[in-house]
Amino acid sequence: MNQFQYVRPTKQQAAIDAVAKDATATFIAGGTNLVDLMKRGVMTPQKLVDINRLPLTRIDADPGKLRIGALALNSTVADDKQVRERQPLLALALNAGASAQLRNMATVGGNMLQRTRCSYFYDTTMPCNKREPGTGCGALEGINRMHAIFGFSDKCIAVHPSDMSVALVALDATVQVSGPKGNRSIPFAELHRLPGDMPQKDTTLEPGELITAVDVPDGPFTKHVHYQKVRERASYAFALLSVAAALDLDSNNNIKAARLAMGGVAHKPWRLTAAEQALVGKPATEESFRQAAAIAMQGAKAFQHNAYKLKLGPNTIIQALKTAASVA
Amino acid sequence: MAMNSEHDTPGTGPDEARRSFLKQSSLLTAMALVPGPLVQAAAAELDEKVAAVFEKIPLKLEVNGVKHKVSIEPRTTLLDFLRENLNLTGTKKGCDYGQCGACTVHVDGQRVNSCLSFAVMHEGKKITTIEGLAQGDKLHPMQEAFVKHDGFQCGYCTPGQIMSAVACIREGKADSEGEIREYMSGNICRCGAYSNIVAAIQEVKGGGQKV
Ligand SMILES: Cc1cc2nc3c(=O)[nH]c(=O)nc-3n(C[C@H](O)[C@H](O)[C@H](O)COP(=O)(O)OP(=O)(O)OC[C@H]3O[C@@H](n4cnc5c(N)ncnc54)[C@H](O)[C@@H]3O)c2cc1C
Ligand code: FES
Ligand code: FES
Repeated sequence: MNQFQYVRPTKQQAAIDAVAKDATATFIAGGTNLVDLMKRGVMTPQKLVDINRLPLTRIDADPGKLRIGALALNSTVADDKQVRERQPLLALALNAGASAQLRNMATVGGNMLQRTRCSYFYDTTMPCNKREPGTGCGALEGINRMHAIFGFSDKCIAVHPSDMSVALVALDATVQVSGPKGNRSIPFAELHRLPGDMPQKDTTLEPGELITAVDVPDGPFTKHVHYQKVRERASYAFALLSVAAALDLDSNNNIKAARLAMGGVAHKPWRLTAAEQALVGKPATEESFRQAAAIAMQGAKAFQHNAYKLKLGPNTIIQALKTAASVA
Repeated sequence: MAMNSEHDTPGTGPDEARRSFLKQSSLLTAMALVPGPLVQAAAAELDEKVAAVFEKIPLKLEVNGVKHKVSIEPRTTLLDFLRENLNLTGTKKGCDYGQCGACTVHVDGQRVNSCLSFAVMHEGKKITTIEGLAQGDKLHPMQEAFVKHDGFQCGYCTPGQIMSAVACIREGKADSEGEIREYMSGNICRCGAYSNIVAAIQEVKGGGQKV
């Protein structure tokens, strides 16, 4: 691994300055993604700014929303009583990710900023526009089983691997950011970007911007929720594809409101707004779910090895909605 | 995001990388004025506790009840620090990438993969490794249960399994076989001793002893 300078600021502004003023510097939180990538030479920061001394671990149960600190651990959030009561979908998605040990290290901020698991990105002997712009996309004509079916470009077909982010985009979360130019809020759906001509840029964050918290607004989705993750073993594996589903049902089992998002299908967590709208006012039946799934998959396009996702996608949506509807 | 493919180019050794860094570094002046491994935060006009340029930096932590005060390179992982610097080789290196759990230790009582963090990030923390579990000659109940139930074959994953198993019970995630399997999924056993591992955990859990 390359050598680097290590600093451990105790003040937020010092941490922001340290990264904003040095293009070779980067924040480190739990380290579970960054250390991995540094060992492989995929990322080679010259300076690590350890943010673990910043007071960003709190989970505040405010009226109308939960404010979850960027340094709150994935395990702490998943087990938090307020989170489980007010945002059970988030707890389910967190527990579907990684392992108990990793969730004890992984932070909420680090989780949303984790980088793709595309094997061409990981292998420094392979071309990858995300790792090294201009070298080409190895996956486009290579092994692309894990890759995108929505929103890709001819420069990059990688997918975003976070489970937590699929729930957060469905729940209309807002990311709180502090940077060299001050504070701002980013709707979760606008945090991650599509690859376009700049796949090296995963997010809309500016250099030096620090995520301080994520706000999750209260909603009616406290009961009929499900996170369905399809993977190659029962646990401790990234999603081939996943679906976050949340329903608000009336006493006649008709759908008052719905939220749907997919993971493992695009460069960002993929919200399915049109399918949600199609569900509103319909009875919570398999037939309604089937129609919504068909709408959700419009525009999907497969590559040589991931055509299975065109079938797995709608089936997983239907399964997730059925399970969510049947939560007693 | 910093990327520097230079490091992979033949002939660009660490020394050259170091030189090119030093050229860019605004801390160069500070280093000239303040010799020694530590460049104080004040010199860099940053609220930094430690600031060192490619030098060893000081680290204080406690491992298995013993306090250590050392100075190490920031790129040393907690796993390598335990194994190489402290000779605590009970903690195993399986994959070195967070994928197997062989390196599981407790940091302030929480189980973590020691291969995926830098030792300097654990300043002031209390680490427990497999060597710190027994009380003298008396094995920890989880160690006894692993022996009794043949919770291993080759034994390579075992220290990590045991550290994880103890934490699993403490976390209250060992109430059923299904829950144990889910919350132990971060520990891979290539020998496939899983059913015996689950049996060992269930026995300790059922026994109700404090772990
Ligand atoms: C074997 C393995 C299996 C895994 N399986 C899954 C899985 O199934 N599902 C899943 O979702 N994830 C999985 N993960 C990924 C894991 O969830 C992430 O590595 C973790 O969430 C990253 O959080 P961290 O705090 O460790 O981030 P770090 O590694 O510390 O940081 C990641 C990135 O975020 C930046 N960063 C961190 N915090 C901030 C902040 N507050 N503001 C600005 N930038 C910041 C860092 O600069 C870095 O670029 C797995 C990881 C491993 C190793
Ligand atoms: S050595 Fe750390 S998880 Fe495998
Ligand atoms: S006992 Fe051999 S790997 Fe588990």
